[in-house]
Amino acid sequence: MSSHSAVPSVVRAEDVRVDLGTGPVLRGIDLQVPRGQALALLGANGSGKTTLVKALIGLTPLASGRVELFGTDVSARRSVPWPRIGYVPQRVSSSPSMSATAEEVVASGLLTNRRLRPEPGSRRQVRDALAEMGLAERARDSVHLFSGGQQQRVLIARALIRQPDLLVIDEPLSGIDQASKTALAASLQRLHRAGTTIIVVLHELAELRPLIGRAVTLAQGQIVQDGPPPVHQPAEPGHHHPDALPGTVFNGYPVHGPGVRR
Amino acid sequence: MTVGTEFWDTLGAMIVSPLMQRALVIAVLVGTAAPVIGTYLVQRRLALLGDGIGHVALTGVAMGWLAGAAAGSANVEAWAVPGAVLASVAGALLIEYVRSRGTSSADVALALLFYGGIAGGVLLIGAAGGTSANLTGYLFGSISTVDGLDVWLTAGLAALILGVGLGLRPALFALCHDEEFARASGLPVRVLNILVAVTAALTVAISMRVVGVLLVSALMIVPVAVAQLLTVSFRRTMGLAMGLGGTVCVTGLSVTYFHSFSPGAVITMLSVSLYGLLAAIRPLIRTVQFRVQRGAAAEAQV
Repeated sequence: MSSHSAVPSVVRAEDVRVDLGTGPVLRGIDLQVPRGQALALLGANGSGKTTLVKALIGLTPLASGRVELFGTDVSARRSVPWPRIGYVPQRVSSSPSMSATAEEVVASGLLTNRRLRPEPGSRRQVRDALAEMGLAERARDSVHLFSGGQQQRVLIARALIRQPDLLVIDEPLSGIDQASKTALAASLQRLHRAGTTIIVVLHELAELRPLIGRAVTLAQGQIVQDGPPPVHQPAEPGHHHPDALPGTVFNGYPVHGPGVRR
Repeated sequence: MTVGTEFWDTLGAMIVSPLMQRALVIAVLVGTAAPVIGTYLVQRRLALLGDGIGHVALTGVAMGWLAGAAAGSANVEAWAVPGAVLASVAGALLIEYVRSRGTSSADVALALLFYGGIAGGVLLIGAAGGTSANLTGYLFGSISTVDGLDVWLTAGLAALILGVGLGLRPALFALCHDEEFARASGLPVRVLNILVAVTAALTVAISMRVVGVLLVSALMIVPVAVAQLLTVSFRRTMGLAMGLGGTVCVTGLSVTYFHSFSPGAVITMLSVSLYGLLAAIRPLIRTVQFRVQRGAAAEAQV
């Protein structure tokens, strides 16, 4: 069955369907991600990328089909090896009413179903994770005063502190400055070389192009393209609309373009 | 000189009065326990949850009276707090259910609870043959009427609240800061959510005697807001809020021993005034903190 039978699958989705509200948001999704792969999920706004990654890690209930993580059915929450999975959501809007230092947010990445309190002496781990993201000196600052790029680095540190085998990261390039993008690309490259499986939701490959070994494109809740990343990016799609209505298909991507179907 | 003597005499009389001793014990317990849950609620932007639960607690008080009367109890008043505990827990679970389903917004659910709770309370008290006057003690607090049983009940529930709120702090912080990430970490999110709701309800039930249901949320939230002016970390915010809560409760209660004001109103005004004062001088505090930090950083570099 498996097209990647040589390497065990980290993620295996079979005929996944997700309904939100009245209709299906995802239909007939079959996806296997072998260990060590760096996969990009591409597609327009509203194509179902975020819903798919959430379904893959059990955050969104399936209407039908099945998802396995490391060979365990994700609906059996207790037996999923959570410490092996690191999730970086699209930036959480942090409000001034919240009290949290970078250190505290990152420390919450140490908790799992088996561990409701961090081990004593975990402070060093937290410091190291923040230092890795270039935020060592800001450990005790309030995260809501951080810039977009810095907030995102905190969330990445939170996911990486548990040294996951699978990193799922949602739209990491949106709304952050160029320096942060370059730094992020380097960090992900390092993880990839160390053997971490990476699934990254993207609007465009951009800085992450060298990292990506496989690009899966979604349109209207279905996989329409699955293969090596497109050879050339179309002219910089500067006209993409982050506010486009859900369901609108944005054509800035080579969804059906030349150079993809090879 | 005589004024000073009089003050110390009154203070001495206050400390040896058994009634006042009981009231002070309850004030300390409630004052330190309420902001623990308040810190989580502020983090979740559910600062008004305590108010919603408080209104339902009022219906619970009336149900307690009715049940007591039906059971032929001589002291229906003793049934009020257990009734409030039950109704608060039920109300909190209902809000949590609506919130987690996400089908209708949490603030609409809260509004329904507010109005349903207060109207239900007034109707049921009428049915029990009471008057709105009976309710006043619960609306504005009646700490001067507490007995020994109240102290034990409050101590037990406060221990439970502190146990959950402090013992599970890392997990509850993770939940309140980013529920989705907590779920993606495999944390038992549903159980933790229910724990927050239930401890919030118990906090309301025990705070009711001190400040009354109308001001119950003030005791949970205002000390947290004050602490947030002074510190940024979650852990310190909670610790500071606990200290502030206990202090304003004891101070406010003591004031009412000298002047017959409503304890709930004095306690709340003290904390709100403290907030106003600190917010006004905050720029100054920030400058000092910044200088201290810079000094420490410079020292570290040397």
